[in-house]
Amino acid sequence: MTSTETRTLLTGERLDNAKASYSRTRRRSWLLTVLLWLCVLYFVLPLWWLLVSSTKDNSALFSTFGLWFGGELSLWDNLQTLFTIRGGLFTRWLINTVVYSVTAAVGATLLSAMAGYAFAKYEFPGKKVLFSATLGAIMIPLTALALPTYLLFARAGLTDTPWAIIIPSLVSPFGVYLMRVYAADAIPDTLIESARVDGAGEFRTFWQVGFRLLGPGLVTVFLFSLVATWNNYFLPLVMLNSSELYPITVGLAQLQAAASAGGGTQALFSTVITGSFVSILPLIIAFLFLQRYWQSGLATGSVKG
Amino acid sequence: MANATALPAARPAASAKKRRTSPTKRKQYRAAYLFLLPFFIVFITMLVVPLVYAGYLSLFESKLIGGEVFAGLNNYVRALTDPQFWGGLGRVALFFVVQVPIMLGLALFFALALDTFLARGSKGIRLLIFMPYAVPAVVATLMWGYLYGPDFGPIAQMARALGFGTPDFLSAENILGSMMNIVTWEFVGYNMIIMYAALRAIPGELYEAAEIDGAGQFRLAWSIKIPAIRPAILLTVIFSVIGSFQLFAEPSLLNVIAPDAITMGFTPNYYAFNVAFINQELNYGAALAFLLGIVIAIISYFVQLGSERSARRERKGLA
Repeated sequence: MTSTETRTLLTGERLDNAKASYSRTRRRSWLLTVLLWLCVLYFVLPLWWLLVSSTKDNSALFSTFGLWFGGELSLWDNLQTLFTIRGGLFTRWLINTVVYSVTAAVGATLLSAMAGYAFAKYEFPGKKVLFSATLGAIMIPLTALALPTYLLFARAGLTDTPWAIIIPSLVSPFGVYLMRVYAADAIPDTLIESARVDGAGEFRTFWQVGFRLLGPGLVTVFLFSLVATWNNYFLPLVMLNSSELYPITVGLAQLQAAASAGGGTQALFSTVITGSFVSILPLIIAFLFLQRYWQSGLATGSVKG
Repeated sequence: MANATALPAARPAASAKKRRTSPTKRKQYRAAYLFLLPFFIVFITMLVVPLVYAGYLSLFESKLIGGEVFAGLNNYVRALTDPQFWGGLGRVALFFVVQVPIMLGLALFFALALDTFLARGSKGIRLLIFMPYAVPAVVATLMWGYLYGPDFGPIAQMARALGFGTPDFLSAENILGSMMNIVTWEFVGYNMIIMYAALRAIPGELYEAAEIDGAGQFRLAWSIKIPAIRPAILLTVIFSVIGSFQLFAEPSLLNVIAPDAITMGFTPNYYAFNVAFINQELNYGAALAFLLGIVIAIISYFVQLGSERSARRERKGLA
């Protein structure tokens, strides 16, 4: 069994070989380059528009060309409005989103890591059934469960609390699957064995030997659970009533509804646009900084589907 | 997969400490179950119980007189004869048939193109295409809603400048297509990354024969790369089934700017939400959600079955 690091090295070597022997096709590379960068425009231009628009005030938004700066630079004013509107509710929403998604992602990652490790490194009665159940659950439409979950939480008096968002987001069957595949590869059995010989308990072995080797896998599961909770709209919409508890998605949707209903009287459009722009920055930054980890984590997960 | 049970028996150090292997084994069983316990507690309370509860709720009706009464399959009969439910299901089915092949085709093309490293700035291209994934569906829909807008939307501005008039992206006929574009924009990068990661992990030996043959990039992609990443592609198809049949944020936000085009039952999930929370018909909403779940499970099952069959056929063909 090879670890991911060695595998990446191997594939890197493979790449150089392939490159060398296909050098005759290199002359076409400018064509592919132009084509791909043109395609990139489709993915980037909407975000560019968002950036440009968040620097405009409401009237410039309507009167100037959307893909270029125009009117006065009012990014600062927009930000000020955004963070002071309704007593600084936007800040609250941002904090809520961070708290919900980080808590849920840490929890989901821990649960997935433990379960995935158990599936990968132990033999026990019922293993097959339990793993099949986990795999089958990947297909359960989570939003279809939001309604009964809401009713159950209402009985327990937990609706309109942060728990109503965090607890359902702790389940990540795909995370368990990914961690199983990853742990099977990344943790050599001999290491576990020698830890046992040294007299380490099963849990100490997991924490001190297994957990450290799971690094990229953990980052992958963490990031994808983080995104799932960060971007979730349906669950908080159903569960929460008080606007101080809203995450950014529900808050922005509400602001947008208010902007559309308010007609031209309120200068809310620029606030909604600036809010949208601000709300996507943290995740984009997280993905950029952690790319080395999540990309190699995904590599292992997608090989053995 | 290594066989962990065989290991303790072959370990003299441990058997010196514990006379027989079976207590060691039992100890390991216990450890495995303890590792699984936290996940399965949440799994059961947050997945299994709500699922069963939804099934239970869907069998009742609430009457003005007498409150909740057992209704058997009445709610299901109602759903199966409800034109709104079928309309929504038809729309997401159309969405699945049209949008998913486009999205996954683009994702596969980008993944294969980047895997050749023939383009300059491959790393930048990869990240920029992936970036929309980090944008919440709510923000993506809001943003595209503005981009589609007839007044200050840049698409309309450019179309007017070129003399094409103002395109109506938000009319009843066009809005499903506009929604397909939003979802494509959001998820091409995500699917591309899954496929790309699988491509990068193809063992080098697989390429050796092709290199001797002097096969071109297209043949290499078609006869080696695509078959090798079949599991990853299957994964993206199944995620897309789940994703398109559950569409919610997009219709619910587009409803704000195009209330005439987005009806209450535009997608099944949006319909179930409206029935349960706007009309206050919880039991009927539960039946709709349950039915949708069954539809998704059936389609995912057939997707998997179909893929297994074609994989088998291919293996036979090779032999």
